[in-house]
Amino acid sequence: MATDVHGPVSPQAATPSPVTTQAVRVEGLTRSFDGRPVIDKLQLDVQQGEFVALLGRSGCGKSTLLRILAGLDRDIEGTVLVPRRKAVAFQAPRLMPWKKVWRNVLLGLPGKPERAVAERALAEVGLGDHSDAWPKTLSGGEAQRASLARALVREPDLLLLDEPFGALDALTRIKAQRLVGELWQRRGCAVLLVTHDVEEAVLLADRVLVMDDGVIAHEQHIDLNRPRDITDPRFAELRAGLLERLGVDTAAEAA
Amino acid sequence: MSISHAPPDSSEPDISPISGSPKTDTDDRSSFDLVPLVPTSSRRTRVPRWLRRTTGPLVLLALWQLLSSTGMLTSDVLASPGRIARVGWDLIDSGALASAMTTSLQRVAIGLLLGTVIGTGLALVSGLFRVGEDLVDAPVQMLRTVPFVGLIPLFIIWFGIGEAPKVAIITLGVTFPLYLNVYAGIRGVDSQLIEAGESLGLSRWGLVRHVVLPGALPNAMTGLRYSLGIAWLALVFAEQINADAGIGFLMVQARDFLQTDVIVVCLIVYAFLGLLADFLVRTLERLLLQWRPTFTGR
Repeated sequence: MATDVHGPVSPQAATPSPVTTQAVRVEGLTRSFDGRPVIDKLQLDVQQGEFVALLGRSGCGKSTLLRILAGLDRDIEGTVLVPRRKAVAFQAPRLMPWKKVWRNVLLGLPGKPERAVAERALAEVGLGDHSDAWPKTLSGGEAQRASLARALVREPDLLLLDEPFGALDALTRIKAQRLVGELWQRRGCAVLLVTHDVEEAVLLADRVLVMDDGVIAHEQHIDLNRPRDITDPRFAELRAGLLERLGVDTAAEAA
Repeated sequence: MSISHAPPDSSEPDISPISGSPKTDTDDRSSFDLVPLVPTSSRRTRVPRWLRRTTGPLVLLALWQLLSSTGMLTSDVLASPGRIARVGWDLIDSGALASAMTTSLQRVAIGLLLGTVIGTGLALVSGLFRVGEDLVDAPVQMLRTVPFVGLIPLFIIWFGIGEAPKVAIITLGVTFPLYLNVYAGIRGVDSQLIEAGESLGLSRWGLVRHVVLPGALPNAMTGLRYSLGIAWLALVFAEQINADAGIGFLMVQARDFLQTDVIVVCLIVYAFLGLLADFLVRTLERLLLQWRPTFTGR
């Protein structure tokens, strides 16, 4: 466990009474596949309303951790505490192709929610005029936003994002990242974003965690003002530091 | 650079003009011809497609009529198209065809209904539950290999010679294709969508209703189409035995009197009914599967 904290502690983390403000508490979590631990006695705390990005090389177990937090993988040892209201957006939108977009958004909600509820959520992600469309007619970015609306309509206390921008083209990704940043600020829910894009992590997160060998190997608080500017030298510095942590040497690139 | 590329490229086509030096090669390149790319619409022939498609059958029909009227094709081998049309009209006019069709359609409808219920029911049990798969799938797969037409004698012993054995044969024929396709459809539902449904908080029944069953629908429709085809086939078999009504009965009667015209009319009716059934399933597919993102032809 090499958890070293760089820079000043952010205001969220500094708030007293940590028990009541936690959105996620994970202690001694172990998940093995065929006897080989992918997650090994992992500790993780996420505060309410905190945006945490989880970085790591592919195969390091970050997606497994997200699936565990989403309750999709119960083959675990250790303590995992998550809010009752949580929602996931996956890398693929995973919309049910046989349901119109608005029915996809309402799928699984308790009771008989009205269509207006879905329309509001869709309007929030800028898809107000697509609520009656079949998923097959949406572009990749639109489908991903519909998936986001489906997550948000659950009014989650914890939003889990599994590389949601990974399959989008560069321009659409920038817009989607901005959208997620705005939605998070408006909703105030805790967000755990699993990504392999360091720039994305620094752009959006309060705190960036680097996962390696089944544990959180590194923690980096990002205390840049929002909205963040990727041309800010401090941004580049943080990015370079994290990339180095991930085993990518940026010295040559920066020169 | 061009020299190193020359031997493999130019050795074959440049057999005769050996005098052509590399210099003339560059001259050729400066004076090449432009080839116009003709849009496909202007290249198309004037004759409309439907006319071209109907020409073949019409020629065939005319040939048939010609052979019949010249006496090369006698009526106890095959009646002429004109005669068939007249007999067909007579059968319609007397109401014999209508009542036969009603009887036959009823048999298919009941058999199809029973077969659909049984086939889909079994597929749901073995598709949705692992216990069901262990208990149901093996016997069904075993019975499937028995040719259902071969069971006609057994069915006559069991159910007598009334409507029951006929409906039973159709039911049996319909059950298996539906079972196989619905079962495959259920097991073929994208596990990522199931996971997404779980993450959205769907209950077990909710997953079945909103994810598994709609996901299995395309396969189920394929199964239904197969089943309909088999239903007509089973009907033809079933009606050849001890029938006292229906299209098959008409045919058997016509056979005894060597009425090839009536037999052909009955065959045409079978074909027409099959076409109608296919049209119904296509319409159903268009309504139920409009969400499908697959290629639907140009």
